[in-house]
Amino acid sequence: MATILIRGGRVVDPANNFDQTADILIDGETIKAIDGKIGVQADEIIDAAGLLVTPGLIDLQVHLRQPGEEDKETVRTGSYAAAAGGFTSILAMPNTKPPIDTQADVYNIYHIANQRAVVRVYTAAAITAGLQGERITEFGDLVRAGAVAFTDDGMPVMNGEIMRRALEYTSMFNVPVLQHSEDLNLSNGHVMHAGEMSAKLGLPGYPSAAEAVIIARDVELAAMTGGHLHVQHVSAKRSVELIRAAKRRGVYVTAEATPHHLCLTEEAVEGFNTYAKMNPPLRSEEDRQALRDGLRDGTLDLIATDHAPHTEMEKELPFIDAPNGTIGLETAFPSVYTVLVESGVLELNTLIERMTAGPARVMGWEDKGKLFVGGPADVTIIDLNTEREVTSDTFFSRSKNSCFYGHKFKGWPHTTIVAGRIAYAHGAINEKIKSVS
Amino acid sequence: MSFNQKHLLELEHLTREEIETILDTARQFKQTFQRSKKKVPTLVGKTVVNLFFENSTRTRTSFEIAAKRLGADVLNFSASTSSLSKGETIIDTARTIEAMGSDVIIVRHSCPGAPHLLAKKVQSSIINAGDGCHEHPTQGLLDIFTMREKKGKIEGLNVAIIGDLSHSRVMRSNVWGLLKLGAKVTLVGPKTLVPRAFEKFGCKICYSLREGIAEADVINLLRIQLERQQQNLFPSIREYKLLYGLNGKSISWARDDVMIMHPGPVNRGVEISQQIADGPLSVINEQVTNGVAIRMAVLFLLSHPSGK
Ligand SMILES: [Zn+2]
Repeated sequence: MATILIRGGRVVDPANNFDQTADILIDGETIKAIDGKIGVQADEIIDAAGLLVTPGLIDLQVHLRQPGEEDKETVRTGSYAAAAGGFTSILAMPNTKPPIDTQADVYNIYHIANQRAVVRVYTAAAITAGLQGERITEFGDLVRAGAVAFTDDGMPVMNGEIMRRALEYTSMFNVPVLQHSEDLNLSNGHVMHAGEMSAKLGLPGYPSAAEAVIIARDVELAAMTGGHLHVQHVSAKRSVELIRAAKRRGVYVTAEATPHHLCLTEEAVEGFNTYAKMNPPLRSEEDRQALRDGLRDGTLDLIATDHAPHTEMEKELPFIDAPNGTIGLETAFPSVYTVLVESGVLELNTLIERMTAGPARVMGWEDKGKLFVGGPADVTIIDLNTEREVTSDTFFSRSKNSCFYGHKFKGWPHTTIVAGRIAYAHGAINEKIKSVS
Repeated sequence: MSFNQKHLLELEHLTREEIETILDTARQFKQTFQRSKKKVPTLVGKTVVNLFFENSTRTRTSFEIAAKRLGADVLNFSASTSSLSKGETIIDTARTIEAMGSDVIIVRHSCPGAPHLLAKKVQSSIINAGDGCHEHPTQGLLDIFTMREKKGKIEGLNVAIIGDLSHSRVMRSNVWGLLKLGAKVTLVGPKTLVPRAFEKFGCKICYSLREGIAEADVINLLRIQLERQQQNLFPSIREYKLLYGLNGKSISWARDDVMIMHPGPVNRGVEISQQIADGPLSVINEQVTNGVAIRMAVLFLLSHPSGK
């Protein structure tokens, strides 16, 4: 087995309260040693002096678009984008065409991932058959096939009774129910946040309350059933407050925010910018501040990208007709690092926690999101100093719909190691490594 | 004279000087209306295309007459939504038209921002002839032109705009233009149809018709659409008339010399009674005439940067 020595980097591992210059020795698929100075030879030596070394990043919301929309993304290209973004484990959303709602669909994703992916790909399965919001899927069988979470993401579970049963039944298997919280009656026909920008642009906007009312309901259902409610892509202030209060009450609720909601506001839509059209929409400055507070105090357990690839042709439709979503895997760490950590709003340690130990804890992945001897060799090396503007020519994602064009970021991933193999380094994907899951 | 824009997409981002240049130019064109020969051949050899994705005979005709008086060749292109559903985008359609040699494309579309999208993708000058609920700049300009002509100046003028303001492109273009020229704007309508954010932008908001028109020098009424009733934004046309209809009784709450405007088409007997629409306070027909002058001015200025 090959050995890799990562030498002289600043190792930050929030799960172990570790922050010091150290060497890491990888042997095969596991970490062999973490020490101030490791004086052994290795097949490959990475000079990490001046670089940041963290546990491999984890993203719990990625739209890989396979099967059905392979012109936007595939498991393979999505995994390349993940590796380039420093992610070693990603969770695929089941709103593909057709949706992932049977055992065979789950097997299919793992089959493709084993052949093509350069990072660890996990999949969630649908809560309701065909994402129709009517009949729950075979949770037990889907878990057996490898589904690690359930969600109808893209759509909310609108029916309270179905959400109740989903939380109740899935709690037998210790898997979270991921909710895209949106009251469809309040959001019907609306394409952005209801605020000053929508008033100016004459675009129908929907209020933050559309998110909060579903969260308020789901928190009660989680309290009643003991199920694990995970709130996806929280966008609004009241949502953060409801989740904070629920956590204080001891309800089993966890939550996430996206880099774009943490970094941008409705202002980004100015000029009918379809690249800033997403759902939930970019909201007000007040909402953005509340998300930052929530991320800091742990109300929001993790950062997830909601990486949502779309073709250029679709994004060049008039605003109302353009699809929702931005790609996010390759800009996640740099965007939040630059906008929040560099400006002193967030501690570096907290940012890393929310992208490593945080998601691992939510998923119950005990050996992920941290560095320890004998543990899996998923390691990310990041360059905090080099500043670079976001441009489309560096993206590995098959789609180029980023909301961050023109922004200058630091904190670009340098090397991504998955199960002891270098998946990404020197701006290139190591296509030879396959079958890491 | 200062005007260096390539497109006219909205009034929100024009300067006071640019708006005044358009108004002054329109006044000069209007003087030619009295002549027996109304042509001012400054756009000879240019091709102006009306690209309407949404029907509007009155706006299209107004642009057509304006372009023809300037001597331009005019082509009307009604893009049916069916050709778009076959996978053709509005960019494809506009590029097709441009390939035939257009210099100016006048766009009407139900989606806010559609003209902005085309402005980025084609070489021709784009004029927004109404994009969904966003703006209708030439309507805003002709309304302001009419107010200035009749009332002498815009600075300090009290203008009440009444109706379905949330969904009104006419309201937005009026508000930006009027505020830049120093008018005081009051938005009047039911709470469900008045966008609150405009208070921050400098308008006064009023949910009572009586209070809203008390000080008004000008009342600009907007068309109310039945569709909004189906969305539960107000209970019924009957109730709308009761609370916000301008009729013989409610007009008495306004000043004697108040001027009544309406962008048309008028829902007679709904937002305004027949009597008032056709009465001495109304300048509705005047607005139509001024529309041609404004559109001539806009076509002229876009085709002759810096008024050269
Ligand atoms: Zn979602």
